[in-house]
Amino acid sequence: MFLNQFLFLAAILFCIGVYGVLTRKNGVLVLMSIELILNAVNINLVAFGAFHQHLSGQVFALFVIAVAAAEVGVGLAIVLLIYRNRRSINVAEANILKG
Amino acid sequence: MLALGLLQSLIAQTLLAQTDLEFVRPHIDWHAFAPELILVGWGALVTIVDLVGLDRVRRLIGPLTGIGFLLAMVPVLTLWDLGEEIPRILFDGAYVVDNYALLLKGVFLLSGYVVVLLAGNYMAEGDYYDSEFYQLIAASVLGMLVMTSARDLVTIFIALELVSIPAYMMAAWRKRDLKSNEAGLKYMLMGVFASAILLYGMSLLYGAAADTRLTAIGESLAAADSAPFITLGVLFTIIGFAFKVSAVPFHTWAPDTYEGAPTPLTAFLAVASKAAGFVGLISIIVFAFGDLPELVEPFMWILSAATMTVGNLIALRQDNVVRMLAYSGIAQAGYMLAPLAVYGGQLAEAQQAIVIYLVIYAAMNLGAFAVVIIAARKTRSGDIESFSGMLRWAPGLTTAMTIFLFSLAGIPPMGGFWAKFWVFKVLTDGWELWGTLLALVAAVNSVIAAFYYLNVAKQMWFLPARDGDNSPIIIPPALTAAVAITVIVTLLTGVTGWVPDWADFPAVAAAP
Repeated sequence: MFLNQFLFLAAILFCIGVYGVLTRKNGVLVLMSIELILNAVNINLVAFGAFHQHLSGQVFALFVIAVAAAEVGVGLAIVLLIYRNRRSINVAEANILKG
Repeated sequence: MLALGLLQSLIAQTLLAQTDLEFVRPHIDWHAFAPELILVGWGALVTIVDLVGLDRVRRLIGPLTGIGFLLAMVPVLTLWDLGEEIPRILFDGAYVVDNYALLLKGVFLLSGYVVVLLAGNYMAEGDYYDSEFYQLIAASVLGMLVMTSARDLVTIFIALELVSIPAYMMAAWRKRDLKSNEAGLKYMLMGVFASAILLYGMSLLYGAAADTRLTAIGESLAAADSAPFITLGVLFTIIGFAFKVSAVPFHTWAPDTYEGAPTPLTAFLAVASKAAGFVGLISIIVFAFGDLPELVEPFMWILSAATMTVGNLIALRQDNVVRMLAYSGIAQAGYMLAPLAVYGGQLAEAQQAIVIYLVIYAAMNLGAFAVVIIAARKTRSGDIESFSGMLRWAPGLTTAMTIFLFSLAGIPPMGGFWAKFWVFKVLTDGWELWGTLLALVAAVNSVIAAFYYLNVAKQMWFLPARDGDNSPIIIPPALTAAVAITVIVTLLTGVTGWVPDWADFPAVAAAP
């Protein structure tokens, strides 16, 4: 069975995504990196579903795709809002509030 | 390419193998599902009323949403009254309505109602009076109701997103205010990132167990030899929830978001949204990780100790009361995580302690935020010093705030005392080394926390008003009602030493 290759691919995508979230300063690119992680999840779910001969993995992946679309919809709206107010989507410049 | 082709044929085979399954309509227990259905129906109705009535009905949308929460409370009460016929199991065990779920549903509906009461004047008096705010609160509360009953990875994930996505929008509600924009951006990016990590953990758990139901996962994990990817799955799942409940070191979004967002929403995030994260975490740990204490406990120990210590130390030096409450909320989450660090062998007791803490925390923290919102109407400031001399200009409010602060500090006879009592009882059960150590950390932290809570009380009772302005405050009836509800719950739970009837609260035993 070819399960390992898929898990390996997903793990690499996951790592690239996490790296992107941590290093990118552009709001849209951060969102894209998060999409990479979600795609890693989908690969995992579908591969495990096929491996276990079990449909719920694929159904789970469909749910993830649908919710990811909603998340990105809201995310882009907020990034757009920031762009309108300050003409920049640099996350690092969003520092009025100090943790 | 070869692997891809093989996978395609495999999926095709899987699908073919299952086509001979006849479709059977699942039995739906309408009574058990009624609170959620009423909230969905009422939310749609309110949206239509808003669309048709436009400006003529704008002032009605808030009260209407509040009525919706109270209506959804009716089936919760009738279900609670059934006694023997609980738990109801729906959708093959993916959705369970037991007394644990019902109690929390009641808490979430009441919190939602109080937040609507708080939001009324705040929204109307700002220039961002929008009825959609209430519809989003209703959607978020719906997610919380689903979360209490979710016993399946997919359901938990959907519930968590339904709680969070409306909250991202509400955090950025003041469109032209840069602070609010930033609050929304930070909350959204961290929240989505946390969901993604949580999902990766869930996908590994699904791979280990070949099932998405928590109980089935629990059985498989207990039977399986430990494998690296099971450990990873468990850890990523916990990290995902740690973001949602703002546990240190995953808390950095919380203070910024709390300060920048509209204050009624801050109350909602700090109480209801955090509690929803806790409910998901409890469900997953109790039903799926119940047999893995040696893997989960050390991680929870570190999270809990770090969360309460860092939260309290930073809260000490805040001069803005909303930020102080935000950090105190982080510290309180640390106490709530503590029972999970010693749950091996006493799963039900740990679950009970956290649920009691959640209920009391919801009342006292919502109350504290209500007082902050009322006081800010007069002082137009969030500084702790703006509370000085409050005894002169708002004696009733001062008493209420003192009750909340004493409760947060854990001083009897307020509810907060019992919340901490049950946590300490679980921690010191049998006086095991690590539990006792964590109890010591928690005790030291309670003393530190008492210092900054009582500092606010000192400002109110003993110092003169900052600008000598002692004109009495005007409190709108909705805000009075919000404070009254939270004071009553805080006092009642404290004086009666309330404990939910745990005979009805099945932990692992009642799982399907």
